[in-house]
Amino acid sequence: MIQAAIFYLLAGATVLAGIMVISARNPVHSVLWLIFAFVNAAGLFLVIGAEFLAMLLVIVYVGAVAVLFLFVVMMLDIDFATLRAGAMRYLPLGLLLGAALSVELLLVASAWEAGAIAPSAPPRSGLSNTQALGTLLYTDYVFVFQAAGLILLTAMVGAIVLTHRERAGVKRQDPFRQASRTPAETIALARPAVGAGVETEGGVR
Amino acid sequence: MADVNAIALEYLPIMIFFGLAVAFALLFVGAPILVARLTGTAKPYADKLAEYESGFPAFASARGRFDVRFYLVSILFIIFDLEVAFLFPWAVSLAHMGEDLVFAWGSMMVFLALLTVGFIYEWKKGALDWE
Repeated sequence: MIQAAIFYLLAGATVLAGIMVISARNPVHSVLWLIFAFVNAAGLFLVIGAEFLAMLLVIVYVGAVAVLFLFVVMMLDIDFATLRAGAMRYLPLGLLLGAALSVELLLVASAWEAGAIAPSAPPRSGLSNTQALGTLLYTDYVFVFQAAGLILLTAMVGAIVLTHRERAGVKRQDPFRQASRTPAETIALARPAVGAGVETEGGVR
Repeated sequence: MADVNAIALEYLPIMIFFGLAVAFALLFVGAPILVARLTGTAKPYADKLAEYESGFPAFASARGRFDVRFYLVSILFIIFDLEVAFLFPWAVSLAHMGEDLVFAWGSMMVFLALLTVGFIYEWKKGALDWE
């Protein structure tokens, strides 16, 4: 009973946040509503006992992905007046696409028969949800796990290739070279005669 | 569906901390406002909000362009964030692996080695240096 109440509270808040994401005029507000949706979805995961997924949603999506979305939204210098100017021209096409999508969704929804909600497989005796996940992920699903690692590696290399550029003429410190200088190789004492200079033809170190 | 009461009981300390955090936040925000309202004078006028001498304007468009390198830093952060997220279930389940212990340990080491290759690449490429 109380579980159902919590579920409907969180699910309702998630749907509301989703509606606000697409209807908010300011894209920054959209991202903030999206964060609210993520938090509620994390609560839904908690209700069915998937603690690890709930925490992952908070850490990765709220903590990192939402920040990335904010970055993109703030970085794009979008002029909404000009974007909205052509909206009426594209309205028929948009309505057509929307209608097609709605019909497809209706067909799928009417053909799908929901069975009884299967109880989630009970984890091995005495294991918490996260432990049960771990015992499967790193053994039975090892290839999927390694594929995730490869995808992360690709993302890392791709991000660097796309956004990193070398700047010419940047003077960098090299702490190792600085620290490994010795007086012997940097100080040269000279005792020139009065009136004579010091020969610096080879440069001064 | 898990037993919600058991979960709620496990999360009770976290909820207590959460409540304390909210209470302290309200206290630290509310108390100065209240004290200032009771003791000070409130005479707001526009010049108080103007920038002083060579200060920055307090209100401007937030849509300034900024360097794409901030984006690179956050992408690299997300990747290592995910890497650490994979470490959590590994760490808590390693003791329950039984005969798969070495295999599970090795699979994580291979995963970490893959990402270390990427880490060495970005270090050598200078992606972690600002200039």
